[in-house]
Amino acid sequence: MAELTYRDAVARGIAQEMQRDPDVVFLGEDIAKAGGVFKATVGLYEQFGPLRVRDTPISEQAILGAAMGAAMTGLKPIAEIMFSDFIAVCFDYFANEFSKSRYMTNGQVKCPLVVRTGNGGAARFGAQHSQSVENWCMMIPGLKVVAPSNPRDVVGLLAAAVRDPDPVVFFEHKSLYAVKGEVEDGEIVDTLGTAKTVRHGTDATIVALALMVPRALAAAEKLQAEHGINCEVIDVRSLVPLDTHSILESVGRTHRLFTVEENPRLCGWGAEIVSIVADEAFYELDGPPVRITTPHIPLPSADILEDMAIPSVDRIAQTVRRSLES
Amino acid sequence: MATKKTITAESTAPVITVRDDIDTATRLRIYRSIFEIRETEQRAHDLFLQNLVKGTVHLSLGMEAIAAGCGVAMEPGDLTFCTYRGHAHTLARGVPIEKVLGELMGRDIGLLRGKGGSMHLTSVEHGVMGSYAIIGAHLPIACGAAWRAQYKGQKDVSVCFFGDGTTNIGAFHEALNFAVIWKLPVVFVCENNLYMEYTPISEVTAVKDPAAGRASAYGLEPIIGNGQDGDEVYRIAKAAFDKARAGGGPSLLEFKTYRYSGHSRADPAKYRPAGELEDWRQNRDAVKVYRQRLIDTGVSEDEIASIETDAKQKVDVATEACKASPPPPAELLTTDVYADGGWAWRN
Repeated sequence: MAELTYRDAVARGIAQEMQRDPDVVFLGEDIAKAGGVFKATVGLYEQFGPLRVRDTPISEQAILGAAMGAAMTGLKPIAEIMFSDFIAVCFDYFANEFSKSRYMTNGQVKCPLVVRTGNGGAARFGAQHSQSVENWCMMIPGLKVVAPSNPRDVVGLLAAAVRDPDPVVFFEHKSLYAVKGEVEDGEIVDTLGTAKTVRHGTDATIVALALMVPRALAAAEKLQAEHGINCEVIDVRSLVPLDTHSILESVGRTHRLFTVEENPRLCGWGAEIVSIVADEAFYELDGPPVRITTPHIPLPSADILEDMAIPSVDRIAQTVRRSLES
Repeated sequence: MATKKTITAESTAPVITVRDDIDTATRLRIYRSIFEIRETEQRAHDLFLQNLVKGTVHLSLGMEAIAAGCGVAMEPGDLTFCTYRGHAHTLARGVPIEKVLGELMGRDIGLLRGKGGSMHLTSVEHGVMGSYAIIGAHLPIACGAAWRAQYKGQKDVSVCFFGDGTTNIGAFHEALNFAVIWKLPVVFVCENNLYMEYTPISEVTAVKDPAAGRASAYGLEPIIGNGQDGDEVYRIAKAAFDKARAGGGPSLLEFKTYRYSGHSRADPAKYRPAGELEDWRQNRDAVKVYRQRLIDTGVSEDEIASIETDAKQKVDVATEACKASPPPPAELLTTDVYADGGWAWRN
């Protein structure tokens, strides 16, 4: 057992898979010699060499096209898109290319690739370097979408993503890179499509993702300590495939549902979960499902403004308490 | 080699000096391919007029010599990447005609059993790695396939076809830079048919030759060929493929050509000046040029006629097979979204 940062866990996960399979290759901007702008890929170039760990130009379409062409013909590429906001300049590959080629070709073309990308806010980077865009990918048939909240899950889910035969978009949260956590020694391989109950409770189910998981946990502790409200917290981890069993089962016990989403409100992933619960567990609910999200605004840069926008521990706790008490 | 010869669209008249560097067997393969593409594309057009082809079609009528010359110059195992105007390149790799027409008609016999349609023809077993309907997308994808060959020490070449309009989209430029800096075994083939869609390419492009005029920006040689002459296409393509296979890196080829039909089935092509189409048909037609080439090199009229009869018959047989084929079964609707064969996004 070792204590690793979230960023070190990224490098460890990639190294684990590159060591296992010589077909795993890694490309992106500044990922090799510089070790990544977030220092999440330090040491890989030295360990695996310039043929397997390759710096690219600032050409997001070339990066993803190359990853796709390599995946179609036998490699297992990991591509980095530095900030998830940049998905917008290469969205064709997500929306039209590696997501659809298997279906359109009646199963002939396979794209086992992983796109890693730095997602999310709270780093004061402003509207073009802070967004939570997992819903951009969640809405596209053919993609899998993963967003880990802690170092152990980074290693295990990254390994699962690399081994998965479908294209997987792996959202790393920029504001979690420095967070430390216990990671066991040896090979770790997790399972996509499995949520994790990170706090057991009886009064309400709070479903969260990535940076919102530690905030939801802190809010749950606060609610317990200050108001005696005992919340269950579920880390979704994987939006596609989505582990609806865990969520429905939990709501069946607590009878209340809250989602905590960093994305701006419209079409956030929580809307889909609320819709599923409303369809399939409506009579289990003792009150309306509540979505706690960033408002429908671009993210501002100033710390005081950004902190008002993204769901905070206090906002989560207050919203849950008021809703349960009303 | 004729690789540095510069030809303008206006000067691509059939003034041909017969050279004997291409053997007769190869020339017969090229003609067979040109003729099969012509007949199949014409049939696709006819089937569309009969309302048996659903959706859209983008025909290569008039442009057959490029797909044929390149197709014959490719080795088994080489990979083709084409655009939504990809029937010709798919046929040129040996994909059966009924698989192509059947896909256009949305029948179960089709190459993709109706799941892709005219714009997405793909046959991995023939090295046809897909037809891409978003302009420019497949140039970086071809780079990736070439990267795999380089990484694994495999000797195949990735060949990527696209139109003149593609040279004005960002992915074209990203791919060229990328291919050069990584010295990838990829060959980019621009079919300059003079119109991006409805607009003359010259009105929307900063340089006279949309592909070749950009080559020097990426340290590549500007290579322009007469796309109506199967021999010239074959020679230029073969040289580029050989260079890529030998580790010499990418090439960018531009072939001057002309499409006889509109951009797609919705386009009557009324924007063309009077007489332009007739001029190309009469004086630079790929079938006429190559038929004469065969005669000039001593192939008998009987042998040529037998290739033509055979091709027409194959297209007729394929058409009947397609008409007899049922539509795809309903269960195909949700297959192969994910690798488990299905479409489940939740448990």
